[in-house]
Amino acid sequence: MITYFRPMCAAGWPGQAGVMITIEHLTKRYGAQVAVSDVSFACQPGTVTGFLGPNGAGKSTTMRALVGLASPTSGTATFDGKHYRELPNAGRQVGVLLDAGAQHAGRTGRETLTLAAMVLGVGHQRVDEVLGLVGLAGRPAGKRLGNYSLGMRQRLGLATALLGDPQVLVLDEPANGLDPEGIFWMRGLLRGFADRGGTVLLSSHLLHEVEAVADQLVVIAGGRIAAQGSKSELLAGTGGTLVRGPDRALLAKALDAAGISVSSGPDDALVADADALAVGQAVAAAGVVLTELRAAGGAGLEDLFRSLTGSSHQVQEVQA
Amino acid sequence: MSTATLDAGRAPTGTAPTAPSLLRLVRVELRKSYDTRAGRWLLIVIGLAVLAVVAISLFVEDAPKRFTDHFGITQLPISILLPVLGILLVTSEWSQRTAMTTFTLVPRRSRVLVAKVLAATVLAVLGVAVAALASVLATVLTPVFSDAERDWDITAALVGQVLVVQVVSVLAGVAFGMLLLSSPLAIVLYFVLPTVFTILVSLISALDWVRDWLDLSTTSMPLFEDGVDAQGWLQFGTSVGLWVALPMLLGWVRIQRSEIA
Repeated sequence: MITYFRPMCAAGWPGQAGVMITIEHLTKRYGAQVAVSDVSFACQPGTVTGFLGPNGAGKSTTMRALVGLASPTSGTATFDGKHYRELPNAGRQVGVLLDAGAQHAGRTGRETLTLAAMVLGVGHQRVDEVLGLVGLAGRPAGKRLGNYSLGMRQRLGLATALLGDPQVLVLDEPANGLDPEGIFWMRGLLRGFADRGGTVLLSSHLLHEVEAVADQLVVIAGGRIAAQGSKSELLAGTGGTLVRGPDRALLAKALDAAGISVSSGPDDALVADADALAVGQAVAAAGVVLTELRAAGGAGLEDLFRSLTGSSHQVQEVQA
Repeated sequence: MSTATLDAGRAPTGTAPTAPSLLRLVRVELRKSYDTRAGRWLLIVIGLAVLAVVAISLFVEDAPKRFTDHFGITQLPISILLPVLGILLVTSEWSQRTAMTTFTLVPRRSRVLVAKVLAATVLAVLGVAVAALASVLATVLTPVFSDAERDWDITAALVGQVLVVQVVSVLAGVAFGMLLLSSPLAIVLYFVLPTVFTILVSLISALDWVRDWLDLSTTSMPLFEDGVDAQGWLQFGTSVGLWVALPMLLGWVRIQRSEIA
């Protein structure tokens, strides 16, 4: 198994006055069971960090420890050096959405936000603002949450997280239950938030959900960090060129003759360890027919995710 | 209001916000007690029960009809039902899983718990006030429905004692809720445990001292009448220790330590 471990620079970016999340050697045990083991990573202001891993890998435990809902067995999780519990009015600095289902079914969307707004000390006007922002203004705001779809609950959860106008967003599986249009909308929202200097940590068990918006990726599997780094760094590590042709054996032979090593790609394709030009030249020289030639790119990241998280049952979900 | 711009709040600002005051947290907890259908109905039922009790004592001929009598009898539905509101104030955070949001917004959990205790106290005082209002109504109507005269006499001591008992019973509900963190479990045990305890210690004569010092329903009885002596207060105090302070302490520690998921 390939493991990429690239600890990120711990210093804040010069000239940027955002809040940095730092998780250092975080370990959480439940009796003999280790949920999270020695997890360290940092999220910089102005970036979106995708926290990836299969269900049960330790994402939620890490995030709960980050916002003080769980006490770590050892290690620390801080915002600009401060524990979440030390923040004077936590919701004004860190917007949190850990579980969209964790809301009172008997309250309306507006009432749920009003309660949070009272704690945060923001006005009713702000409630209307975020309702509009997440697309729940008007009639949906007056409906009881028992009648909300999961997608609507996610939007309300995002509204709660944004209510205090925070500098940091911590979101656990925020895309769950959102339709493709909703996921696209959320990406834009998070991108804009980060571009204005905000810090975003969002988790997902689906690579495609975070791939498009994340700058940094942290992959966790079995409670341990399996890989982390910028998206391009991780991609570079698994590059290669995907080639497909009617005769797979012939194709492999042609590439082998040109000194290009190959491995099995998805389905009947091959992944060659060279750029597209070199592959194309080698194949043309051998006179072999090609039906597909492209950078293994996205699929490479997906393979990486799959291999790092190392569970075959994830494959279908990843491709869904 | 419906124009959904992609403005995720203004650009994040660096202002240092202050912590929510305890007063604000108490107001939030009070609002939580009536902003759901369950909570609102419970309040309505308590109100209706008080009115029903007033009606009964008005129309039943041999029921005593002084203001102090009305005031005493209207405490009954409140002392039975208001603790349920106290229980739900705590347990609904777990049964509805709102604890996650609550403790994320206020990570210092003891502040939330203090706010809940204070909110429950306010509810108890409001309950006694409602009983007093209903008693005023009953006393005004007394000459209309019976031969009795209006008798407004009541001692400040009695009002004070009744307030103490009602606050204690609502806080007992809060304590049971904090200890058990489950609405059905806390409600059932809140009613069953003290009753079984009362029956046991009343049946077995060797346990008389337990009844006199630790059975809350026995020790709170004298507080509904004038003239509680020092020993009466002491006996009330020890039983409050067993049924309110102890479960609240254990529950407090449990909530402080537990993982919210």
